Amino acid sequence: MVKQTRLLMGMPITVLAQDADATQDDLDQVFDYFQSVDERFSVYKATSEVSRLNRGELAADQLSVDLREALALGEQTRRETHGYFDMLRDGVCDPSGVVKGWAIQRASELLRARGCASFYIDAGGDIAVAGLRDGALWRVGIRNPFDRAQIVKALAVTDCGVATSGTAVRGQHIYNPHDLATPLEEIVSLTVIGPNVCDADRFATGAFAMGRAGVRFIEDLPGFDAYMIDRHGMATYTSGFERYTVRV
Amino acid sequence: MRQSAKKVIVAALIIGVFLLYSLTHMRSGLAAAPPSTDTAGGAPTTTTASGPANSSGAPAGSGYKNGSYTGSVADAQWGYIQVKAVIAGGKITDVQFLQYPNERQYSVQVNSFADPQLTQEAIQAQSAQVDIITGATDSSEAFMQSLSDALSQATA
Repeated sequence: MVKQTRLLMGMPITVLAQDADATQDDLDQVFDYFQSVDERFSVYKATSEVSRLNRGELAADQLSVDLREALALGEQTRRETHGYFDMLRDGVCDPSGVVKGWAIQRASELLRARGCASFYIDAGGDIAVAGLRDGALWRVGIRNPFDRAQIVKALAVTDCGVATSGTAVRGQHIYNPHDLATPLEEIVSLTVIGPNVCDADRFATGAFAMGRAGVRFIEDLPGFDAYMIDRHGMATYTSGFERYTVRV
Repeated sequence: MRQSAKKVIVAALIIGVFLLYSLTHMRSGLAAAPPSTDTAGGAPTTTTASGPANSSGAPAGSGYKNGSYTGSVADAQWGYIQVKAVIAGGKITDVQFLQYPNERQYSVQVNSFADPQLTQEAIQAQSAQVDIITGATDSSEAFMQSLSDALSQATA
């Protein structure tokens, strides 16, 4: 078993590979990948491909395959969430809403390709899990948005993605694109479980922007479940959510 | 939700009216309906109910002065509530809501409650051991600074 945490893309990223033959080299490959994604997709780095795109220095046919894929995924998500997910803000394209989950997904595929079967990748609270931990399901806790030392749910999962969008720690960093002036405040945390972390993350982001209606949106998505917490500490969850929960 | 909110308000009013009713009877020196312990006079003394005779002993609602009284603002979890009570003839004749969670917010909550596929619960801390924690991205400067420092020490 190898495990390591590094600060990349402005967040702590932890990788744990449970397989007996997993090595530090496997972890290094994953972190190198996140590093390269940050260099290419960050809107905060002037030299990134995304920054060059926003400055008009790159034509559509000059974009890398990866960026094209990320932009296509962002556009697909915008349509699927009825415009609630939108990479464009103030005329600037910021694909970070899809890139994070997409990069975690790519990194987990990279680990699989290297022969790892049981692992997790946690990038700032968005998680890909694969296989089992010592023969048991991975246990994922949902953090209490009002007290970061606590969890309010324990989930038992395997081969899936878990992502949370919220306002608790970072302040209001998600806006309703249909009403930019009003920060979202009714809902403080929306956790989505899905078949992979890429989809869980983009739907968590899009559904969070919908406010109370977000959990209903996830209910209608086959294969996805959600746990939503409002500012009063009341949670609303989808019909399939309870099968993941661990009772203590 | 609209129904349960109504129930809460109705229950609160019933309890409030009952308390005021009891208070009125205590002030007029008579026993409240159920057996109760009265500590107002220093040594506790137990009084027992004696039925309708009590209410005939004093004018009903004699504890109230006529006028309008504004209550304090109360946190009702889903918003703030403030009421004004109007007393006439020594009795409560009206209770007005001065503050109430606004209708838009209220009706949205009604919608999510009314959804038969969704379930609601109050969040509760869990003691379960977990491998990983999901939550909103933690990148506050203080947190990152502290973690960077911890990690630099860990790798030194």
